Amino acid sequence: MSATTKNVGQFSRREFLKTGAAGGAALVIGFHLGLPSPASAGEATARKFAPNAYIEIEPNGDIHLWIARSEMGQGPRTSLAMILADELDADWAHVKVEQADLDAKFGDQTTGGSFSIRSSWDPLRQAGATARAMLVTAAANTWNVPASECVTRNSAVRHPKTKQKLGYGELAARAAALPVPKDVPPKKPAEYRLLGTKKKRVDGEHIVIGEAHYGIDTKLPGMLYASVARPPVFGARVKSFDASRATAAPGVRKVVEVPVVEMPPLFGEERKENSGHQHYLWGGIAVVADSTWQAMSGRRAVTVEWENGAGAEESTEKQRATCAELVKGHGKEIRKIGDPETVFASATRKIEAEYELPFLAHTPMEPMNCTAWVRDGKCEVWAPVQNPGGMATALTKALGLPASAVTIHITLLGGGFGRRLNIDYGVEAALISQAAGAPVKVQWTREDDVRHDYYRPMSHHRLRAGVDGTGKVTAWMHHIAAPTTDGVYVGGDLPDSGGTELAGVGLPNGTVPNYLVEQSFLHTVVPRGYWRSVDISWNHFAVQSFIDEVAAATGKDPLELRRQLIATKQAAVGEGGDEKPVNLERLRRVMDLAAGKSDWGKPLPAGESGARRGRGIAALYNWGTYIAYVAEVSVGKDGGVRVDRVTCALDCGQVVNPDMVAAQMEGGIVFGLTAALYGEITFEGGATQQSNFNNYPMLKIDAMPHVEVHIVPSHELPGGCGEPPVPSIAPAVANAIFAATGKRLRRLPFQTQELAQG
Amino acid sequence: MDAIEITVNGKAHSVEVSPDTPLLWVLRDTLGLTGTKFGCGIAMCGSCTVHVDGEARRSCTTRISAVAGRSVTTIEGLSRDGSHPAQVAWIEEQVPQCGYCQAGMIMTTAALLAKNSSPTDADIDEALSGHICRCGTYQRIRAAIHEAASKHSSAAAPKTAAQGETR
Repeated sequence: MSATTKNVGQFSRREFLKTGAAGGAALVIGFHLGLPSPASAGEATARKFAPNAYIEIEPNGDIHLWIARSEMGQGPRTSLAMILADELDADWAHVKVEQADLDAKFGDQTTGGSFSIRSSWDPLRQAGATARAMLVTAAANTWNVPASECVTRNSAVRHPKTKQKLGYGELAARAAALPVPKDVPPKKPAEYRLLGTKKKRVDGEHIVIGEAHYGIDTKLPGMLYASVARPPVFGARVKSFDASRATAAPGVRKVVEVPVVEMPPLFGEERKENSGHQHYLWGGIAVVADSTWQAMSGRRAVTVEWENGAGAEESTEKQRATCAELVKGHGKEIRKIGDPETVFASATRKIEAEYELPFLAHTPMEPMNCTAWVRDGKCEVWAPVQNPGGMATALTKALGLPASAVTIHITLLGGGFGRRLNIDYGVEAALISQAAGAPVKVQWTREDDVRHDYYRPMSHHRLRAGVDGTGKVTAWMHHIAAPTTDGVYVGGDLPDSGGTELAGVGLPNGTVPNYLVEQSFLHTVVPRGYWRSVDISWNHFAVQSFIDEVAAATGKDPLELRRQLIATKQAAVGEGGDEKPVNLERLRRVMDLAAGKSDWGKPLPAGESGARRGRGIAALYNWGTYIAYVAEVSVGKDGGVRVDRVTCALDCGQVVNPDMVAAQMEGGIVFGLTAALYGEITFEGGATQQSNFNNYPMLKIDAMPHVEVHIVPSHELPGGCGEPPVPSIAPAVANAIFAATGKRLRRLPFQTQELAQG
Repeated sequence: MDAIEITVNGKAHSVEVSPDTPLLWVLRDTLGLTGTKFGCGIAMCGSCTVHVDGEARRSCTTRISAVAGRSVTTIEGLSRDGSHPAQVAWIEEQVPQCGYCQAGMIMTTAALLAKNSSPTDADIDEALSGHICRCGTYQRIRAAIHEAASKHSSAAAPKTAAQGETR
């Protein structure tokens, strides 16, 4: 190695911080290596104003805003800081945004479920409003004027009558001496200065010059690198291994066996007795070396003999056959209204269809990695992680350490999409560091990532609708056959533990007088996990496609049928498991908005080279958000599908940052469209058959549709925006393909060969 | 292991690594230039794109021995301060979400603009269709490239930062 150049990266990072971010922005993401505070820290603490976990104002005027969620592109470092800064009336151009480590003072730090803004909305507004009230009191006391006569703006309190002004830094020590008031009212929408504006992302400048710090960029003094040979078949264990060639390879320090470890439920619940909960880190052989490449090369030189378990029986062919059989019978009744079977049996018109979706991998662009340092009865990790609390729980169990001995630094995440709610890679890194006696960064390859994911489960759906003589839908039945997704998170793998599977059935739930959702489970050892939009991604495809089928069978416009269903609402509807009230009028409004903006009902211009063209609609409520898409497609003679344009209308309540909302819609459409066009993970002999982007392809720029986003202005509670844009794109496109070709594609990814002409 | 001489961002380095080591890992592990990202290892995603003598190249499948004596530019060398037209446009259009793929996107864009000061949509598709952004920022990438092209072509001396840095 060249000793002369090893500090290049560190130098440029320092240089960057010293000179300020590109474009003159002053926002800085702090990254904390966990080094001890300088000796003067005690004095500074006494004079700084830190009324809660999220806000620190220093005497020099620096305002630090702490973000206790994980940034993976969805924008909490910007949006949560905007909520705090708005209530605080802080000068946005000069706040310093800091990434929090895992710390009990922040409460639950899980980033998932499109929940960051929703769960932070009240606490962060309260935190900002309280701090502002204390700064105002400190200023009013100083000037001996009524607090009600003081105003705040740009990190300063002013008293207009006497033209006095004190900056927040000047007030910090005095504010810190005041009692923290309770129940300070947050701003009214008319008073918002930042909320609802298109502020630029606080970390964008770091990203475009290559200075953003992801998990993979962690480097510690004396750090070693590891690559792990993991079981090629689900549930296989190391029987024996020969590391002699690897240990002789240059740079290889150690070859260690990673033990099989039983993992706790990842959302902190105790394992339920007899629940069938079965979640293991399956172990493997780790090669620890002086560089990533040496570790990867060393790993290839290790020969491992594996002992297969029951997982070797898993195959996609068998799973599909089982699910297809399951949906033909009856399952556990989840929601039942009226007498759907009888009404269906006597319906004038009976419509039936079956749908099928595959397993999917998450494949965030940054492959799994984690840096861990286990020493002296302590464990410190640097992790790109969505679930630091779950990682801490799993680490304490795996290492036999008390919770107080585990420190988790949350880095920037190169994508998450739910994969990093699972924390296998963190436990693995800690075990390897422990065995190596050194700080170790474990780097997964893309092949590791694709083959050792917690996959979005496959599912089969049987839908039946009965229509009476007047064209009214009188019965609706939906049977879902799928593995449970929740097991690794909440413990349990039995049908009784089903929860998220039912979310997203959506319309027509509550609008049809005789309604049934039933569910059958596919038992499998294939690891499953939450994938952006979880099980709504599958239910929604089936339901929104089937509404279109009912419309076609009854000669109705698909939008008009949805309007009619909403108009016949007769039972309270809620979101999935949490039964939050749903306002179907908000759903109707976004459908109408998308329809209007997309010229729904008007003829489409002819396609290029004789391509058949069509529009399709799908609409969703969930996560407190309402979204409608109209997709326009062209279907070529060879059956190739091109999505030309997607018109998106959404109502997500109060918008924090409309540009970031639009970005989530654009990105969510790509995520859902990638799955609809290409996404399929299959198994044979208990092994995943895909390995990398060559056989698990992603949508690229040349297939990107033109996306327009229209946001309904609202001051309702904020809804989520990370997951809601994903589910509706597949059914909107399927419905558009039907409009273009008269052919109904009921299986994802789309089997486009069925659309070829001649 | 013999030392291999390379120039990175205008600075000469002598690195002692196995000759089959991909340039990517030399940049990241040996030289500490972590702006270049590992995404797939098989040249299928573009996250690791750098310039070798001004040409966009996948560093994950480029052996270090193949670039001995040649000049490499990474995202850190494109501009010191984010002033390359592509970087400016990336901020203007608010392209990045997670941002992990964007260094590669920007490096390919810079190479494209150096050759073609006003790329069409088809040119952009051709140049960037080997890149994956899992967050789905493609619409903004296209807009940013057009934006950068309009600035790039109006600049007094339209040279690439790569050429400027490595000279």
